[in-house]
Formats: sequence, structure tokens, C-alpha cells
Amino acid sequence: MTPFVDVAFLILSFFMLATKFKPPEVVEIKTPNSVSTKALPENDAILVVLDSAGRVFFSMLAEKDPTLKYTVIKNVNDTRGLGLTEPEMKNFVKTAAIGVPFTGLKQLLGIPAEEQAKVKQPGIPIKDSASNELFYWIRDAYSAFSGRKINFLIKGDNNAKYPQFKEILNAFKRNDIYKFQLVTAAEDAPEGTELYKERKAQGVVPGAANK
Amino acid sequence: MASIDAGGGDSGHKKGPGVKKSKKLSTRVDMTPMVDLGFLLITFFIFTTTMSTPTTMDLFMPKDSKEEDQNKAKESGALTVMLGKNNAVYYYEGQLLPDASNFKTTNFKGIRDVIIDKRKSVIAAYTGDPDCEAKARAAGKPVTDCRDKDFVVVIKPDLDATYKNTVDILDEMTINGVKRFAMVDLFPQELTLIQATEGGGPLPTTPAAAAPATPTTK
Repeated sequence: MTPFVDVAFLILSFFMLATKFKPPEVVEIKTPNSVSTKALPENDAILVVLDSAGRVFFSMLAEKDPTLKYTVIKNVNDTRGLGLTEPEMKNFVKTAAIGVPFTGLKQLLGIPAEEQAKVKQPGIPIKDSASNELFYWIRDAYSAFSGRKINFLIKGDNNAKYPQFKEILNAFKRNDIYKFQLVTAAEDAPEGTELYKERKAQGVVPGAANK
Repeated sequence: MASIDAGGGDSGHKKGPGVKKSKKLSTRVDMTPMVDLGFLLITFFIFTTTMSTPTTMDLFMPKDSKEEDQNKAKESGALTVMLGKNNAVYYYEGQLLPDASNFKTTNFKGIRDVIIDKRKSVIAAYTGDPDCEAKARAAGKPVTDCRDKDFVVVIKPDLDATYKNTVDILDEMTINGVKRFAMVDLFPQELTLIQATEGGGPLPTTPAAAAPATPTTK
């Protein structure tokens, strides 16, 4: 009995220390794998999510400075004449991701941030350049972040289609942004390939990609 | 384990009349609730934990430039890879022949060998480029980098290609040490070829696919 309990508590402490809570997600995304080992930045980033149905969500990772998000929504509200109220704009700061056209924004922000996950959001329109609302989101967020080094993250689902991905890239490109980071899951370099040899030469143990 | 000491009772020694029963305190603690809680926490943490930390892959796109500004790839070193429906991969080397005889079909397992072979043949065909070598020396890079400078992979995902396919092929570039690659749109001729290869089944229903996807030159 005692050793059994010992082991159980060992496992428990392991999980407690190793665990990292999932950030709230509006949609579940299964990201593709890549051999890249670069860690995901957690702050100062603009994240565009593309789900398997082709819906596009926009979010800002600005935990450190919530006023940034407020600046963005105020800007959007003023330029698009959405007529958002003060509490609704405050609610945006807590909102994890936006996946509605500008016309539906007021309704979404009328719902408390915790309950937005239950709402089915249609995604931000990205179809053609005239109605590419993602472009405006990126533009406003980019200007709010000005003076900081920010990352542009794109998180796509395995089954998302290429044309939508291309439209997202276009929305960034129209803002003169050309460097992106695609969110992926880690994977080892396949044995015998160029990269494998290179990593081995550098003394990186195969399997280190998971760190 | 969960034995509960009822505390003396009559089970102890026979005591004489009038002798007070001294209550024996047990040193054993009942562990069951604690273990229960422990396991509850373990299950909780197992379910909430995210084991694989996400990584990011860099992608640098070029500015949309005018046709004449685009750098031309040497035909001998070019490999065009097209991504189609159901994880299919099509490729051809150099220029697409009018009779499409060099248009080949493979999959994601096979494309790696194609890339490796092509790279090898480009390196083998390298005859020496003093310009490039001088530049490499000045920049403190190994001269061997020049050997595959003509090797360019052109990636053309079609409208049915998934995001996973796109990331996989970009990853393949990293894996095989391809330094020059570009992601561009399909030519109409290539699209027709892919559709013919895919069995000419019902064409994709997206309106963009119905009209031949002409390369967007902005």
C-alpha cells in the first residue's frame, strides 16, 4: 500500500509541475507537424486562426498590456461606426478571439466573454479584397502594437484548405507584412535526411525537438 | 488498509473489575480519503495537461512584384511541385513539356526522394561559379553553398490542397536543406493536367475553382 501511494503522489507531483493549462480556444485546431524547434511566442503577437471549415478567427496576444486591445476595438468602432458601448468595448479585452464580421460584432460583444465559446461564430470574411475584413483587423492591431517587436502567427487546421490560407497571407501582405510564423507541433527530423545530419553534426540529439 | 481500530472494546486483556479501560490510541491513520483525493488530482492533471508544446515555423513571403522584376529560375535546376486533392503530389523538372510527358505523380513519401535526387543532380552538374564562390568567401560561408545555388523548388498548391499539405511541403524544404523555394499559383495548363489526372470527376464546387485559376499577377 505505502509504495503504491508513494508512486501515485510522485506521478501527481510530476503532472502538477509539468502541466500548463491550455489557453481558451474558440475552436479546436489540430495543427500540422513540422521539424521546426522554435518556441511559440506567448505575448505581443497577432494570431489568425483558420479552422477546418475555413472559418477565420482573429485574436491578439497582449496579456501584458490590455490597453492595446482596447485601442484596437476603439479604433475599429470609430472607423466602422459600429456604435459599440463602453462595456462592450471592455468586453473585447477579455474576448479570446473574434470570428464574426463587423456587422455581428456588437451582438458578440454583448455576450459575456466566458460564454462566447458557446456561440457559433461564422468567421471573419476574407473572400475577396473588397470584403476582406481581416485586413482591417490586422491593420488596426499592427498600428496599436507599433514600436514593439511583434509576431504574426497563423494557426491552421490540418484540414483547412489552401485557398483560405492564401487569402490570409494576402490580408497580411496588403499590410506590408511578409514574415509569418506558422503554429505547428514539434516533430523530429527524419533519419538520414540533410537536416538530420546537420542537427547531428551540431550535437543536437535526435528527439530534442520535443523540448 | 481501511481497518478501523474500534478502540479497545472487550477484545483487550481481561481486566479485573473496577479497573478502568485505558484507551489505546492507534498510530495508524486511515489513508483512504487521501489516496482518493490523490488519484482524483492525478486524473485531473492528466486530462488538463498539454504535453506537446507548440512550435512555430517561419515563413517569409516575397512582396508581390511585377512580372519583369521576378527572378528567373534556371531551367536546369528548377523543380515544380504541385499539391492536389487527397494528398497527391505532382511534379516536373525544368519546363513543362507541351505533351506533358515529364508531368509525374507521386505522394508525400516519394517527393522527398525526388527532391534529394534533383538536388544531387544539380550539385553534380555544378561546374564552378567564381562569382558566387568569391561572394561566399567574403561572407565567410562555405564555398560548397554555391553548388546548389541553381536548385529552386517551385511550390504550387492547387485549390484542393489542404493547409497540412502546404506546411508539409514547406517542412520538406527545411528537411532537405533546400534554400531556394517559392510558393506561387498554378498555371491554367497545370490545373487542367491535375484535373485530368485526378480522374476528371466533379470539378470543385468553389466558384474560384470553376474558372481556371489564372496566376494572380498584381
